[in-house]
Amino acid sequence: MNLHEYQAKELFARYGLPVLPGQMVTTPEEARDVAASFGSTVVIKAQVLVGGRGKAGGVKLAHTPEEAFEKARDILALTIKGLAVRKVLVAQAADISRELYLSIILDRAAKRPLIMLSAEGGVEIEEVAKQSPEKIVRRHIGLEGLRTYQARALFQPLLEDPKWVSQATEILMKLWTVFRENDCTLAEINPLAITPQGRVLALDAKVILDDNAEFRHREWDTWRDRDEETRGARLAREFGLSYVKLDGDIGCVVNGAGLAMATMDLVKHYGGEPANFLDIGGSSNPEKVTAALKIITGDSHVRAILFNIFGGITRCDDVARGIVQSLEASPLEVPLVIRLTGTNEDLARKILSEKGLAVTTSMDEGVRTVIARAQEVAA
Amino acid sequence: MSILIDKSSRVIVQGITGRDGSFHTQQMLSYGTKIVAGVTPGRGGESVHGVPVFDSVAGAVTATRANTSVIYVPAPFAADAIHEAADAGIALIVCITEGVPVRDALAAYHHVAALRERNGTARPRLVGPNCPGLISPGLSKVGILPGHICKPGPVGLVSRSGTLTYEVVHQLTRAGLGQSTCFGIGGDPVIGTSFVDALAAFEADPQTEAIVLIGEIGGSDEEEAAQFIKRRVKKPVVAFIAGQTAPPGKRMGHAGAIVSGGTGTAAEKMASFQAVGVPVARIPSEIPALVAEQLARRRGHRTSAPRRAAARKAPGPTKGRAKARPRKAAKGRPHRADKTRPAAGRLKRATPRSRR
Repeated sequence: MNLHEYQAKELFARYGLPVLPGQMVTTPEEARDVAASFGSTVVIKAQVLVGGRGKAGGVKLAHTPEEAFEKARDILALTIKGLAVRKVLVAQAADISRELYLSIILDRAAKRPLIMLSAEGGVEIEEVAKQSPEKIVRRHIGLEGLRTYQARALFQPLLEDPKWVSQATEILMKLWTVFRENDCTLAEINPLAITPQGRVLALDAKVILDDNAEFRHREWDTWRDRDEETRGARLAREFGLSYVKLDGDIGCVVNGAGLAMATMDLVKHYGGEPANFLDIGGSSNPEKVTAALKIITGDSHVRAILFNIFGGITRCDDVARGIVQSLEASPLEVPLVIRLTGTNEDLARKILSEKGLAVTTSMDEGVRTVIARAQEVAA
Repeated sequence: MSILIDKSSRVIVQGITGRDGSFHTQQMLSYGTKIVAGVTPGRGGESVHGVPVFDSVAGAVTATRANTSVIYVPAPFAADAIHEAADAGIALIVCITEGVPVRDALAAYHHVAALRERNGTARPRLVGPNCPGLISPGLSKVGILPGHICKPGPVGLVSRSGTLTYEVVHQLTRAGLGQSTCFGIGGDPVIGTSFVDALAAFEADPQTEAIVLIGEIGGSDEEEAAQFIKRRVKKPVVAFIAGQTAPPGKRMGHAGAIVSGGTGTAAEKMASFQAVGVPVARIPSEIPALVAEQLARRRGHRTSAPRRAAARKAPGPTKGRAKARPRKAAKGRPHRADKTRPAAGRLKRATPRSRR
């Protein structure tokens, strides 16, 4: 789960990291009131879970409350990378004399957390990594954790003023505590800013949490942004399915993530465009199948639907019953192609053929058929 | 032969009284796996499908001399189960559980690695979490792979996926290509056994004559595997990468299957394999033909290479092999001599065990 900046800053503030006061609002009027209460220049920042907000016009300075109203109104009317801006953060602005980049990320290959630090802050770190990788300092955190002297040693060559070094060191130590105690896979400050007055501040905050650890963090559920969750994503979460919407017209229902990816790839290979990734998981009870069909039919671009089931642990007859139940409750308006093979395949075939539904056993044939059906619908 | 599991595997099931643990215990028993004990704290003295249940792994090991464990306990407790198995002296720990927090998986990984270092051996080994386990067709299965789609043979298969593995195994079997071991290493970002470890095991296994590697987007395990193949693997490898159409920044079901910061794409991984001369199937159904081609080339070469070497008055096939490296890209691998092994027959009747 990715946190919004305002949520990540709340988390940071709890650990004593220096973030400037700010408040999340949803209307221009509220933005004006917050700006008036601060009585200073504010920055208005779109709260959407995508990168490149600044470039898209989603970050603006406002010197007066009236200006805060106007800027917030403009930003709240934006759609950034397909996401409508529904919230903005109104925060005190700071003068900046230098910008650094600082993050802790889980390094999968090394199987250790990795500190990344760069004197080039304020820009996307991927860009720095591409253009001038030598400007990024990397240091793994060992099993024994991070010591203050190690954190200090990272900043000493970069910052000439010892007061900056000591503030930055404290920030890194606290960021490590945030990372460790909150099951983060990323905790990032970009920019880590130095003001003309010599303060070191976390002006932005990005946090990615490990979804697998949600069971031990009750508050995470309250952080989930229901507004940004589509109907499909909500249904998927409620029924324990993995769903990612794509732009094509071939709906895919598959058991297993690898097979689901391979199915999308195969649709593309044979000249179609997949409408989604959807993994109904290992034990497919009929309710999951019904939910999957609801999600897919909720996407108006879908012209045909493919089931691709390899019954190992999943029993093909379970899936077949789910399909039949679902169709009886609400008939489909688009063609359905079913590929089933494996455990209880014959039983599944019988259940489906009684309802006049044909089944193929080959994945390639299933994909080619569904593409042909979609083209018939389009024609 | 096979890798990691065989007839000598004495298996305990951690979480045997749970729904999944109980179901798969029955499946493994009917496949012929030697399940010697189960473990569920507080349920010692009971039995599940005739298998005695113990309160702890240590108790089960003392009573049964178990050397392998398979874990079906729920995600919040799975990492603890790995620690317990490792501390009880289990050599191979296979964690099926999905949804283990990555912080817990990291701790378990490092604990197992530290024990291995202390032992000075390759034991204990952790496989998974979030994996389907292993099956050595006709010998043993540890995990959840369906046994009926496999058959014994010369192909070693390693994969980050579950059902996609079954799909490929099924297609191989139907093409007459049996398997030495099918090995699901898991779809999480942090797993105990990598592609590189699996490749090394298959390279050392006499039954395995060709290797199929099924990767997916996310991380850099495939890139490392490609480099390892270039340096250390003489057996032919065929690769497939799932997720060519996956959008960046989205987790595709598996916790580890995500393209982030522009890295971990399918295109990069496919290019890494092609660069070291490993043929990459564009779609799963291309895999069997590629494997058959590689096997035929390898087997055909065993008879012809020494002859060619003799004609050139070269000292012998060993030198011929050295000359054949490094491999060329795209055109497949150069032929290699192998004077230590008998010539194989036609592909269709290739059952390595019968030849030994």
